[in-house]
Amino acid sequence: MEYLNLAIKAIFVENILLAFFLGMCSFLACSKKVDTAIGLGFAVIFVLTITVPANWAIHHFLLAKGALAWIPGVDLSGLDLSFLNFICFIATIASMVQLVEMILDKFFPKLYHALGIFLPLITVNCAILGGSLFMVEREYTALESVVYGFSSGVGWLLAIAAMAAIRKKLRYSHLPDGLKGLGITMIMTGLMAMAFMCFSGINL
Amino acid sequence: MASAAKKLLMDPFSDNNPITVQVLGICSALAVTVKVDTAIVMTLALTSVLTLSNLIISVLRNVIPSGIRMIVEMAVIASLVIIADQLLRAYLFDISKQLSVFVGLIITNCIVMGRAEAFALQNPPKDSLLDGLGNGLGYGIILIAVASIREFFGFGSWLGFKALPENYMGNGLVLLAPGAFIILGLLIWGQRTISKYVED
Repeated sequence: MEYLNLAIKAIFVENILLAFFLGMCSFLACSKKVDTAIGLGFAVIFVLTITVPANWAIHHFLLAKGALAWIPGVDLSGLDLSFLNFICFIATIASMVQLVEMILDKFFPKLYHALGIFLPLITVNCAILGGSLFMVEREYTALESVVYGFSSGVGWLLAIAAMAAIRKKLRYSHLPDGLKGLGITMIMTGLMAMAFMCFSGINL
Repeated sequence: MASAAKKLLMDPFSDNNPITVQVLGICSALAVTVKVDTAIVMTLALTSVLTLSNLIISVLRNVIPSGIRMIVEMAVIASLVIIADQLLRAYLFDISKQLSVFVGLIITNCIVMGRAEAFALQNPPKDSLLDGLGNGLGYGIILIAVASIREFFGFGSWLGFKALPENYMGNGLVLLAPGAFIILGLLIWGQRTISKYVED
């Protein structure tokens, strides 16, 4: 039950895009067509579900304060390597994306071609690194980090798919020149964020 | 100052602003702008990371093999961000707590990566340094503008000083996520109307 609660919180109440502004760059760049938006959304879910638990393991077994105490022979229980978090997380993300790309290419070529350029682009999507950093800050357990990674991805997919659908309609509306493109998209995102705020307070 | 160098430095303030025209680095522009002081600290952190990363990548541009250039760029940027984060924790602990994960997210901030790819890899160190500085400050201007509006209407203060009478209630909406989106949208509208930039 508490995992379901965490999932609902990550998808609706604290949507990673609409409440924490993460992954805005790819959200703005790739929300022009519904198909690509959904493809990218699934790629994000996939990568987040893998990298958040992977980074959890790296943080808890290698980098956190006293994490190296399991090595026999030397006393490392006072060692705190957590300043290396950033560089290790981004390296994990980059190599995981590469690995996922190779696996998909080998075993699911159809899905690989459908995702195309979006897969490598995910490395620099801040939602992915943000997911791992929030996992450290909020001190999730191993299972919680899996649930959190997956459901933040679902929340992101929901937001970008909805935005792509709205932007398709927006194309035929008359707007002031300066508001075209980015300006109106930001305002629409604001209205969407407002709608998502109605979910706050849901607690199972 | 030579006119070419001046152009490099001044262009990102308006005509080629990283946020409103190039659409880079939006995430942090929204997240750290509840108060002016966090926005200023974030601007300083990003500007120093961007200037130094542009300089280092530009110095290394002839020795980086093109196949692994992304990894090299990432390593340079991530190391600079770690230094910035440790410095903030040491000297400005309260603000670093408020910025939470967003200092770390400078690594994936598209401005840093984008300028490294688009400018520093092709240009000599001096130009890259100016480009980094200009883009960092252009980003800062928008950040501080959004933060000023949000702090003024949200708390009735500016940089911690009371700007409105004591009995001002404070508008909660501008402090929340939707307020940030809408204010940035309106600012982009204003900036693009002035610089006559139209997106098709």
